[in-house]
Amino acid sequence: MIVAVIAVLAVLALVGIVGIGIYNGLVGSRNQVDNAWAQIDVQLKRRHDLIPNLVETAKGYMKHERETFESITKARSAAMGAKTVPEVAKSEGQLADALSKFMLVVENYPELKANQNFLALQEELTSTENKIAFARQNYNDQVLFYNNKIQMFPSNVVAGMFVFNKRDFFQVETALEREAPKVNFS
Amino acid sequence: MWELIQTNKRNSTLLMVLMAVVLLALGFAIGMAAVGPEGGLFGLGIAAVIWLVLALISLSSGDQILLAASGAKQITHDVHPQLFNVVEEMKIAAGLPAMPKVYIINDPAPNAFATGRNPQSASIAVTAGLLGRLNRDELQGVIAHEMSHILHRDILYMTLAGIMLGSVVLLSQVFMRGVFYGSMGSRRRYSSNSRGGNQAQILLVVIAIVAAILAPIMAQLLYFALSRRREYLADAGGARLTRYPEGLASALEKIASDPSPQLATANSVTAPMFFANPFKSRGQRGLSDLTSTHPPISERIRILRGMSHGASYKDYAQAYATVTHGKNIVPAAALTGDEVQLRQGLPPTTEQGLPQKQTHQIGDIMRKVNGFQFLTCECGLKLKIPPNFPSGVVPCPRCRRSLSIPSRPA
Repeated sequence: MIVAVIAVLAVLALVGIVGIGIYNGLVGSRNQVDNAWAQIDVQLKRRHDLIPNLVETAKGYMKHERETFESITKARSAAMGAKTVPEVAKSEGQLADALSKFMLVVENYPELKANQNFLALQEELTSTENKIAFARQNYNDQVLFYNNKIQMFPSNVVAGMFVFNKRDFFQVETALEREAPKVNFS
Repeated sequence: MWELIQTNKRNSTLLMVLMAVVLLALGFAIGMAAVGPEGGLFGLGIAAVIWLVLALISLSSGDQILLAASGAKQITHDVHPQLFNVVEEMKIAAGLPAMPKVYIINDPAPNAFATGRNPQSASIAVTAGLLGRLNRDELQGVIAHEMSHILHRDILYMTLAGIMLGSVVLLSQVFMRGVFYGSMGSRRRYSSNSRGGNQAQILLVVIAIVAAILAPIMAQLLYFALSRRREYLADAGGARLTRYPEGLASALEKIASDPSPQLATANSVTAPMFFANPFKSRGQRGLSDLTSTHPPISERIRILRGMSHGASYKDYAQAYATVTHGKNIVPAAALTGDEVQLRQGLPPTTEQGLPQKQTHQIGDIMRKVNGFQFLTCECGLKLKIPPNFPSGVVPCPRCRRSLSIPSRPA
């Protein structure tokens, strides 16, 4: 009798310990997903901060490209005003399109391309675009890992008990966004 | 996604357990030979203690020792924005908890290494020669490879294994020297024993001598196997992080064809930490498969270029199997089928062509690391001001304009 009670208690304790481990693992990977999303946010903000400098530097050299500048500025304010995730994805896609068009136009201005200040800004912009792409990549990796955990046995049992919800992937909105924007001409 | 890392962890653990067995067996044999049959456990204990002490020292301050020995200097974003940005990009791609410290080594040979006990406090060092020769995509490939070393905790594994190798060599050398110099005295001592015990003792000494000869060789081979395996895995991880295996392949190609002399500060213990084997093999490569810390560069390039379908670990494992004909680095069943798309590279650049210009750039990078300031005069001349320049104004040697040096941050 005593032995049976001890055995049952031991099994319960074991289940409890395993359950706690799984629960902590789930919380850990959910935090990873949130953290990865925050990374994307940081980089998007950085892109918005870089654009005025870039436009200022380029304006002096590119007198006849008012439309290009206007489209960038417009896309930037739209992107900064975006609130929901689909909105952000859409407007940021348009901003990336405008920027890569701008960088194509820059090709026609060799003097601008020789400007040290502009080159430094260009490196920062290239890097920021890469960081956005890599942050999104990491976010999607983390979401995949987390969603797998929620759906696979035995962690799905714990996930069901404590309401861990599936997360959405960050889907690319425009065709141009799908490839890393080609902004490096150095 | 993490199965490859798991499998590799298992294989690495197995190799390290084998090395530990070699080390402990050597200690056991030496103890038996030196003290007698009851001394085996004593020798085993000594071997374990030696390893533990060395491991503790190297884990607590090994990265600082390594960086200092390589003459690496820590840099900020301003010194080399591109390098710093690329490291940050890879940090984001890898989801590392903290930004690694970035170092530049004053050496024209293109190479790089990563160090640090854990992902929270890692360092990445690249040579000035690497920065001067590679374009952005290639640099990204190299940094991604190093980032994978950090992510896979290779530094920890290689340090522990390296220390084990060092302990084995140390033990066997001390013992052999003891046998060599002490043979006269011990023969006299043994002769006072009974006849049977004497013979058993001689047999034990012979066994210990054989062990002392074989153990370092075995430990070394295991160490090399461990190192090569992790090199492949870091390539796979690098391709996955950048989604662009061609960048890494092309960087390897440039490094393989580089004419500059080998890295001055590398030695056989630090060799496995580097991106490419710092020792240039001259002559035939017959034994290199067993005795090299790195896989042959040509093979690494072929595998990376064989990844035509995607950038996942699975794609790397497939390309690996194709190139090396069957001997798989991981059981394919252990890999989940997550699709990882390849990405386009940046448009090819024509700028870095001439070797003279590259050498020039390498010099400039090092001047910047060492606190030189760069001024451009209105006549177009570029002045390089050393950090200990006494005056605040410098005359341009070509047009005699006087240029004021902006005060540097202290």
